[in-house]
Amino acid sequence: MGLDFDKDKPIYQQLIERLSGDIIRGVRKPGDKLPSVREYAIDVGVNANTVQRVYKEMESMELTETRRGQGSFITENEERLQLLRDSKKTDLVKSFIANVEAYGFSKTEIMELVRREIQ
Amino acid sequence: MIELTNAKKSYGAAKALQGVTLTLETGKIIGIAGENGSGKSTLLKSIAGVSPIDSGSLLIDGNPVSRKDAERIAYLPDADMFYSYFTVEQLFAYYRSQFADFNEAKAKEVLEFLEVSLSSKMKSLSKGMRGRAKMAATLGRESRYYLMDEPFSGLDPMVRGDLVKGLIRFTDLEHQTLILSTHEIREVETLLDELVLLKNGKVLAHRQLDDIRGETGLDMVEWMTNLTKAGAAG
Repeated sequence: MGLDFDKDKPIYQQLIERLSGDIIRGVRKPGDKLPSVREYAIDVGVNANTVQRVYKEMESMELTETRRGQGSFITENEERLQLLRDSKKTDLVKSFIANVEAYGFSKTEIMELVRREIQ
Repeated sequence: MIELTNAKKSYGAAKALQGVTLTLETGKIIGIAGENGSGKSTLLKSIAGVSPIDSGSLLIDGNPVSRKDAERIAYLPDADMFYSYFTVEQLFAYYRSQFADFNEAKAKEVLEFLEVSLSSKMKSLSKGMRGRAKMAATLGRESRYYLMDEPFSGLDPMVRGDLVKGLIRFTDLEHQTLILSTHEIREVETLLDELVLLKNGKVLAHRQLDDIRGETGLDMVEWMTNLTKAGAAG
């Protein structure tokens, strides 16, 4: 079977996150063509309507563009891609902080530890 | 589009459908779920034109359903209705003789994808392989509607995965609609656009899957269990 999905989040959102992750990691590069809706649906094991929605949303997020008759391509707009990376970074750090605070560790404590670990 | 309005159906004293009102749009994959005896099979049989409703209305693309619709709708029944001495090839020949929309090349393609041999005898196939052969015959029809009653029942999870992939691959939602009843909601969650939950011959809920996840944070099974319990208490 295709991918595993978290049960509590819409599948289309999880697929957007997955494709965005591919872009950030450089698995999918600016200007790369995305597989057709059908191909991707079969590949990940979800309904074609769901993939259709993913592609539409990614286009409205300006992460991809549709070239008529050719399919969807990852944007080559470097500014937009930088924005994507920045927002992923921010999300990761924010969720890290939220996790750590939930355990009652202080910010200074954590700052120090992060600095030490990262070297 | 399939439209049911206050559809009722009884088998003798047993009330199978007790006033079903439901609109199923085209171009979707729709799951029908519910406990045993909730009316899933009866609903599919009614839509397929195999077993007419007693009262209420049932329209397909604006026209009342009749036996004639069996020719337009590819229906895969739960029971083994095929002659057991048939080979898969003979089964396909039978479909070709019965249904004008049967595309043998497509059926063979599905069969190959599902790795069943054309020369196998239906009766010597395992339940899983027979399920695949039946699905290949059904998907071989170029119908606007596919109705499948428990297509995964009794199959092991690996086979279910293959069948789900086959369904994604061999239906074209721009022109076709797939309605299937199932107990194995977990395996088909990613396949479905919508879920209709039946209870005691009535529609308890009809929702988009991604809405359920987004709004409730529950997966299908939890959501159904909650609703069914609430429905039982109320």
